Amino acid sequence: MEDTVLKVEKFSAFFGDNKVLKDVDLTVRRNVVAALMGPSGCGKTTLIRCVNRMHELIPGATVTGKMTLIDEDIYAMQPIVLRRKVGMVFQKPNPFPTMSIYENVIAGYKLNGIRMAKSELDTVVERSLKRSALWDEVKDTLHRKGTFLSGGQQQRLCIARALAMNPEILLLDEPTSALDPKSTSQIEELFVELKRNVTMLLVTHNIAQAARVSDVTAFIYLGELVEFGPTEKMFTVPKDKRTEEYLTGKFG
Amino acid sequence: MTGGHVGRRLAKDAIFKGVVCLFAFLSLLPLFLILYYITMKGISVINWDFLFSLPRPIGEAGGGVVNAIVGTLMLIVLSSVISVPCGIAAGIYLSENKAGKLSNTIRLSVIVLQGTPSIVIGIIAYLWIVAPLRTFSALSGGVALSIMMLPVIIKTTEETLKLIPYHLKEASLALGVPYYRTILKVILPSGISGILTGILLSVARITGETAPLLFTAFGNQFMNVNIFKPIDSLPYRIFYYAMSPYPEWHSFAWGASFILVVLTLALNLIARGISVKWKIQF
Repeated sequence: MEDTVLKVEKFSAFFGDNKVLKDVDLTVRRNVVAALMGPSGCGKTTLIRCVNRMHELIPGATVTGKMTLIDEDIYAMQPIVLRRKVGMVFQKPNPFPTMSIYENVIAGYKLNGIRMAKSELDTVVERSLKRSALWDEVKDTLHRKGTFLSGGQQQRLCIARALAMNPEILLLDEPTSALDPKSTSQIEELFVELKRNVTMLLVTHNIAQAARVSDVTAFIYLGELVEFGPTEKMFTVPKDKRTEEYLTGKFG
Repeated sequence: MTGGHVGRRLAKDAIFKGVVCLFAFLSLLPLFLILYYITMKGISVINWDFLFSLPRPIGEAGGGVVNAIVGTLMLIVLSSVISVPCGIAAGIYLSENKAGKLSNTIRLSVIVLQGTPSIVIGIIAYLWIVAPLRTFSALSGGVALSIMMLPVIIKTTEETLKLIPYHLKEASLALGVPYYRTILKVILPSGISGILTGILLSVARITGETAPLLFTAFGNQFMNVNIFKPIDSLPYRIFYYAMSPYPEWHSFAWGASFILVVLTLALNLIARGISVKWKIQF
């Protein structure tokens, strides 16, 4: 089972008394894109925020069950150690406004006070920006503020920032929902490219995006994991009636 | 429905606009009159000797306010050293803990403190510092002024940090950055222009305070840079010169007023410049 990056067992999440995730079981293998789809408010974002323990930052939020990253129990780790191993890209691009493009990429090292030689940092910046397909556009303006970039570029900068830490898994929380169609397709192509050596957990409410990008898909409805399996199979012969209804646009 | 109705309404409109403009102009008038008066009376006194020599005893002509300028600058530094760390920390606490008993208590205290008469704060500083040390001192003046600076710094820090989007904090935490580093390296730098503006405005506010200095810093004819000894200040020097019966000293009071007003005006303009120039775009 060393191929498994993330294992979720009987996992539930709560806001106060409100159970927003109900006994979810899920396994994500190395170098695949797993999509989480479902209507708004179904708990898909909560699920990935539990993976890097951002869920518990909200007062009154609790969890039960087990989550394992490689072979470490996520809820036995220190959050700050865990979060260096789990990259996250948010719905809205959020580069640090006080930092240049260069500094944004290495923010994970800089803010954590990890000292590295300039040449090493240069390598990390170049490699990360190339991986996020932004290098050619910004290689001459590395020391300008990251907030001067377009929305799509900012989002790719945030992806580079997450990749720079060499995460075991990359959490993507509706990463294209604030972007225009062209930037969206660029980023989708990027995910297909990245999956050769990065494991990704992609939350999306865009069914077509899940179909285009992911290898396996989980359909979550009202906090319950309804169906989980290879994307192709789920989109052609869904097992559950609710999945079929969702895919055909009957609700959501 | 007739032309007369429309005409009347348009006339009312014009009158309303005229009245608003008139009152707006009236509210500006005092400021310009004060600036005009102080400049007219004060600028003729300003010269090298006035800026760089000590006050002379009664009966001797000439003299200056160098001790008061140095004293005021020292008081600004002393009070800032005390109030800036406390004020910023309290502001961080308030913006991080929006609800809660302690936050509400701090907020209420800030409002009460802002409304406390400055002379009362002077008495408190007298009780705390002057009485135990048995001497008036620059330190006690600095403490009194720092208490007056606190509300402005706390409020502006809180308001500035509240405007910083939550997703920036999330971005930092998601990289595994500890909470304290997230605050110090991401949140504070993003709000630096607002916080600096608040500090400068609070300095501008206390630069002209006289009452809290009367029984703390006290005033001093001579040059002093020891924080445990009485110290002079521009507002106190103005008070002292203006209360005297000598016309020359009266003109000195105008000169010192001019320096004080220029200093406050400069602080306000710099604060404005910083808040525009260093503004961070999210």
